[in-house]
Amino acid sequence: MTIKKLVLIAAAALLTASPALAADDMLTIGFTVSRTGKLNNDSTAQMRGFELWRDELNEQGGIKVGGKQYKVNFVSYDDESVNARVQQLYTRIINQDKAQFLFSPYSSGLAATAAIVSEQYGRIMLTTGAAEEKTYKLGNKNLFQVYSSADLYLAGAIAAVKELNPKSQVALVYKDDPFSKAVLQSARKQVSEAGLTTVLDEAYSPETTDFGPVINKIISAKADVLLGGGHYPDGATLARQLYDHKAGLKWVTLLVAPDSPNFATLGEAAIGVSVPSQWEPQVSFKPDFGPTAAEFTQRFQAKYGIEPGYHAAGGYTAGLLLQRAIEQAGSPEQAKVAGVLNSMDVTTMFGRTKFSTNPKEHGLQTGHEMVIAQWQRKGGNVVKEVIWPKSAKTSDILY
Amino acid sequence: MAGVIASIIDGVLVGAVYGLAAMGLTLIWGVMNVINLTHGAMIVLGMFGLYFLTSALGLPPYGAVPVTITVGFVFGVLVYWIAVHRVIGRAHLMSLLSTFAMNMVLIGLGTALFSTSPYNVPVPLPGVTWRGYTFTGTHIMAAVLALVIAGLLYLLLYRTRIGKAIRAVADNRDAAELNGIPTTQILSFAFGLGVALACVSGTLIATLFPFTVLSGGAYELKSFVVTVLGGLGNPAGALVGGVALGLIEGITTSFMPVSWTPIIEFVLFVVVLILFPRGIFAFSRA
Repeated sequence: MTIKKLVLIAAAALLTASPALAADDMLTIGFTVSRTGKLNNDSTAQMRGFELWRDELNEQGGIKVGGKQYKVNFVSYDDESVNARVQQLYTRIINQDKAQFLFSPYSSGLAATAAIVSEQYGRIMLTTGAAEEKTYKLGNKNLFQVYSSADLYLAGAIAAVKELNPKSQVALVYKDDPFSKAVLQSARKQVSEAGLTTVLDEAYSPETTDFGPVINKIISAKADVLLGGGHYPDGATLARQLYDHKAGLKWVTLLVAPDSPNFATLGEAAIGVSVPSQWEPQVSFKPDFGPTAAEFTQRFQAKYGIEPGYHAAGGYTAGLLLQRAIEQAGSPEQAKVAGVLNSMDVTTMFGRTKFSTNPKEHGLQTGHEMVIAQWQRKGGNVVKEVIWPKSAKTSDILY
Repeated sequence: MAGVIASIIDGVLVGAVYGLAAMGLTLIWGVMNVINLTHGAMIVLGMFGLYFLTSALGLPPYGAVPVTITVGFVFGVLVYWIAVHRVIGRAHLMSLLSTFAMNMVLIGLGTALFSTSPYNVPVPLPGVTWRGYTFTGTHIMAAVLALVIAGLLYLLLYRTRIGKAIRAVADNRDAAELNGIPTTQILSFAFGLGVALACVSGTLIATLFPFTVLSGGAYELKSFVVTVLGGLGNPAGALVGGVALGLIEGITTSFMPVSWTPIIEFVLFVVVLILFPRGIFAFSRA
C-alpha cells in the first residue's frame, strides 16, 4: 500500500478509537461571555462566578451522580455584547459543542435572545444577570431564573423613601433598554401606590454621553429623589454629573452601576448613591448547601484579588443550583433535572431560591429578595453598606 | 425658563468640545481627502492619556493637555506612514478600509489591555451656580481650552509658512509640489495635527465624564455630523458646527423627552445636507 493510504487508515483508526480513550465522565455546560463590547465589565464578573464554582467542583472530583462522578467542562464564546452573536453562538453551543446544560449571557436583552434558542432545542438554561420578567412569560419549559425579577428592583428603595419622607418629589430618569424600562415600569406603579409625587419621568438614549441637560431638567422639576439609571457606563456618568452639577437630591438610587467596586473611583460623587442589589458580601443567609456569603467572598477574593459583587455571586449560585439539581435527580437527564429544579425551595448564600411553575411565567424567581446598598464614608474610605431591608442592614441610611 | 437658559449655556460649553473633536477630522478630510476612521480611537487615546498622566505621573489634569497634543501628533504621523500614505489619491474606499482596520486594531488592543471597564478622573474645580443650576468648572475650562486651541490652530494655518503650505496642498497638491513644497511631509504633518486635535479633545472630554475604551464611538459620530454641518476642511466651521450641535442638544432636551434628542439631531443633519450639500460654512474648499 502507498504511504498515503497507510496514513489515512491510521488516522481513521485513531479517530474511531478516541471515544474509548476518554477518561473522566464530563458534563458540558455552555454559555457566552461579553469579552468585548459594553457589557464586558459586568459579564466578566459573572463568568468569574461560574469559573470559581467549576474549579472548586472539579477539585472535589465533580458532581456525584448515581455512582459516577461528572467533572464539569465549560464551552464559552465571546458574544461581543451583541444579540446576533448570542443567537449564532448558542445554536453552535447546542448543536456542535453538544452542551447538556446552559447558563445565560449577562443582561436581560442577551438572555432573552439566548432563551429563544435554548427553548427551541429544549435545553435547560439557568439565567443569571437577567432580571426582565417578560422572557419568562412567553411560554417556556426549561428556563430557570436565579435573579429577582426586574419589577422588584426598586420596591425596597421606594419603601425606604416613603418612610423617610412621604412627601418626596420623585424623578424617574432611566436608560432606554429592556431591563431599565422593565424596572421602571413597575417602579412607576409602586411610586404612585406609595403616595409619592412623580415630577419627571424620562428615558435617555443608551448613546447619551452628556447628562447635563437631563440634570437641569431634574433641577427644574425640583425633585429631591432620583430613581433610575441603567447599566455601568451611563450610571457612573450620571452619578458624577449629579455631583458636579450640585443637583441637591436627598436620595439617589441608580441601577447596577453603583454595585461595582469600580464605582468607588468616583470618590465624593459616589457618597450617598444607593443601588438595589441581588446580593452583597455582608449578607448573612444560612445556606442549606454550599458556602456562606463570607466564605464565598473570601475564596473569590483569594482567587481574583477583588471583592465579588452580585454578578459574580449570581454566576456562582447558578452553578451551585444546577449541581444540586443534578445530584438530587440522580442523573444528568434533562427531564429529571428539570423536575428537581421545578420543585426546589432552598436557601444558598445568595438567599432563598424558588422557581415559579405556573406555565404562564415558568422559571420566574419567586423566593429571592433584593437588598439596598449605599456608598458611605467610613473611616476615611468610601465603602458600600447594606441599608435595607432593616433585617439585613449593616449601617444606617444616609439621607 | 431659567432651566432652558441653563441648558443652552451647558450646550454651548459642551459644543465647543464637540467642535474641537471635529476639527481634527475635518482638517484631515479637507487636506488629503481621507476620512479618518481611527478618529474615535484617537479620542480614546487622549482620554486614557489623561488617566495615566494624572494617576501614574501625578500631573495636574490640565497639565496633561500639552502632553497629549504632542504625543497625539507623533502618533498621528506614525499612523499616517503605516496606514494612510499609500492610499492617498486612490479610491476613497481604500482609505476608509485602511483607517477602519487600524481602528479595529487599536480598539481591540485597548479592550485586551483595559477591558471595557470605565475609568474616571475626578477633577475638582469649583463651578458657577446660578439660580440653582450649576455650570461645572470643568465644562467652562474645557470650553475655554477648546477655544484657545482652536485659536492656535487658526494662527498656525493662516499666519505661518507651514500653515500656508498645508492650505496649498489642500487646494491643489500637484501645484503645491511644483512650487517646491514637500507635499508628503506636509500631509503627514497635517495628519499628525488632526490626530493631535482628536487626542486633546479626548483629554478634555475625560475631565468631564467617566469613559471606557468604547467611548470614542459616540464622539466620532458627533464629529461626523459637526464636520458636515461646518463644511469639510473648515476648522472654524467645525467649531461653530460643534457649538450648534451642543445648542441643539441643550434646547431639545429642555422641551421634549430626552430620548428624542438623537432623532432631532439626525433629522436636522439630514435637512442641512439637503439644503447645504457642502456644509453651512463651506468657504475654504473649492
